[in-house]
Amino acid sequence: MAVQLDEAAGRTVPRTGKGGAPPARSGAGGRRAAPYLLLLPALLATAVFLGWPLVRNLVLSFQNLNMKELIQHLTDWRGLGNYQEVLGSEQFWRVTVRTVVFTAVNVVLIMVLGTLLGLLLARLGKKMRLTLSVALVLAWAMPSIAATTVFQWLFDSRYGVVNWVLDHLGWHSMARYDWVGTQLSTFFVITVLIVWQSLPFVALNLYAATTTIPKELYEAARMDGAGTWKIFTSVTFPFLRPFFMATTFLEVIWVFKAFPQIFAINQGGPDRLTETLPIYAFTEGVGNLHFGMGAAISVLTIVVLLALTAYYLRLTLKQEEDAL
Amino acid sequence: MKRSLAGRIWPNATAAVLALVFAFPVYWMFATAFKPTQDILSEDPVWFPFHGTFSHFVTAVAAPNFWRLAGNSVLVTVVAVGLSLVIGLCGSFAIARMRFKGRKGILLTFMVAQMAPWEVMVISIYMIVRDADLLNSLLPLTFFYMLMVLPFTLLTLRGYVAAVPKELEESAMVDGCSRRQAFVKVVLPLLAPGLMATSLFGFITAWNEFPLVLVLNKEPGAGTLPLWLSQFQTQFGNDWGATMAAASLFALPILVLFLFLQRKAVGGLTSGAVKG
Repeated sequence: MAVQLDEAAGRTVPRTGKGGAPPARSGAGGRRAAPYLLLLPALLATAVFLGWPLVRNLVLSFQNLNMKELIQHLTDWRGLGNYQEVLGSEQFWRVTVRTVVFTAVNVVLIMVLGTLLGLLLARLGKKMRLTLSVALVLAWAMPSIAATTVFQWLFDSRYGVVNWVLDHLGWHSMARYDWVGTQLSTFFVITVLIVWQSLPFVALNLYAATTTIPKELYEAARMDGAGTWKIFTSVTFPFLRPFFMATTFLEVIWVFKAFPQIFAINQGGPDRLTETLPIYAFTEGVGNLHFGMGAAISVLTIVVLLALTAYYLRLTLKQEEDAL
Repeated sequence: MKRSLAGRIWPNATAAVLALVFAFPVYWMFATAFKPTQDILSEDPVWFPFHGTFSHFVTAVAAPNFWRLAGNSVLVTVVAVGLSLVIGLCGSFAIARMRFKGRKGILLTFMVAQMAPWEVMVISIYMIVRDADLLNSLLPLTFFYMLMVLPFTLLTLRGYVAAVPKELEESAMVDGCSRRQAFVKVVLPLLAPGLMATSLFGFITAWNEFPLVLVLNKEPGAGTLPLWLSQFQTQFGNDWGATMAAASLFALPILVLFLFLQRKAVGGLTSGAVKG
């Protein structure tokens, strides 16, 4: 959750602010070291606490490392064996496809509903906007482990309030429905939870971004007789394109990596049918004590994530270059 | 363009319903925590804790290691966020204000670091920490949380630093300040909302972290509150009153912090979205 907001903030602020490109620094030899010195602690920390685990992960993925090897401190190289086994297993491909579909469904829901919610905020009066904003902030601020626990209670088969409401709306077969009994219904609960927690970020930031759009643009569009949809596609969307790009990218990462929500709802069950790649790597590596195999899955997971986000990363870097 | 009566009623009605939907799970957590068990386990929901009780909170607080793990959580979170703010601010200044060789590569490093899938790196982190003989210690947690928070702290602060007009700093330097003085006296105060916003989200990240502590700090009393909450739920799973009390205790500090800081922090970011 946190990651999203900050990243988008980093993106929005310079655009709305005055941050012009700094002029090229002239001369002053000693000063040249300044940026490197300022960045040194951050780079060092990144190298040690991120770089090292990444390298270690890669090394582990070539080893045969199970409980026995772990306890006896044995190093048993396996070459590409782990990868061959993972890539050759049907399970891995099933989980990968599932993860991509799960990510796509959630991100589309979050972006579409979040946009609608943001546009709604823009149309409200002050009091109602404040009311809705406070409700959104509450959902946003809920720590995910706590939120997951609450959702288990809401969807409890016997005393859960969701089943009670469905029953009283006339859907009587739902009175004792076991939500974590099937793959689809478990995913449904997880999706509701994730969308509930993610919408506030998109909605509040979208609303804020719309306030930066010059009013004249809307007036001109209205003079031309544009309707609500036309105004959105011809004014709002083009103006906020960078916002939509950045937010979609962040949501992809966030949903793809979702761990506590899926793990705490039902440990990837029933029958491992709601395991996504991060849960799969965890279950294989830590749960079943196949550390080498888990590491190989985790490397492949990182590759999939990079593939999903490569386009955006390239785009941002190019913009960054142009801005300088 | 005038809006018809219906045109004004619909958005407001929709907003009211949505506000209820979004706030309800949070309300239900607190409400359940205060309800006596017979009200929780009733065929029809009791919508308000009319016969309120603190007994579920007593159960939660009396559960093994609550205070110990709460202390651990506070310590780890505060130190991790504090460190990442200091380190991140230095780095963000360099990236936002200076032009130097390798800037693009360094920026890419932090952007990629920000997407780091910590959730799938637990295995190698476990090996590293085990080899260093630091399992069940708070030290590795603190440093890893610091790095989880650092990339977005740095990237966000970069935006705030860039938004401060360079002229302000320059005129302070013309008035006889050194570059460092100009930064501390002129730029830093203007960065306060940015620092608050980033630290708030840093707090949430560190306070929330689950997979790492689950693997690294298994010994009783060695972990943090998310671990406590998940174990509590395994143990008291059918006692929804106590479980919701535990979840409330865990969520409360962040909810309070968020509501308290949102005007400064989120309000600054989303320019008025929550100011009403």
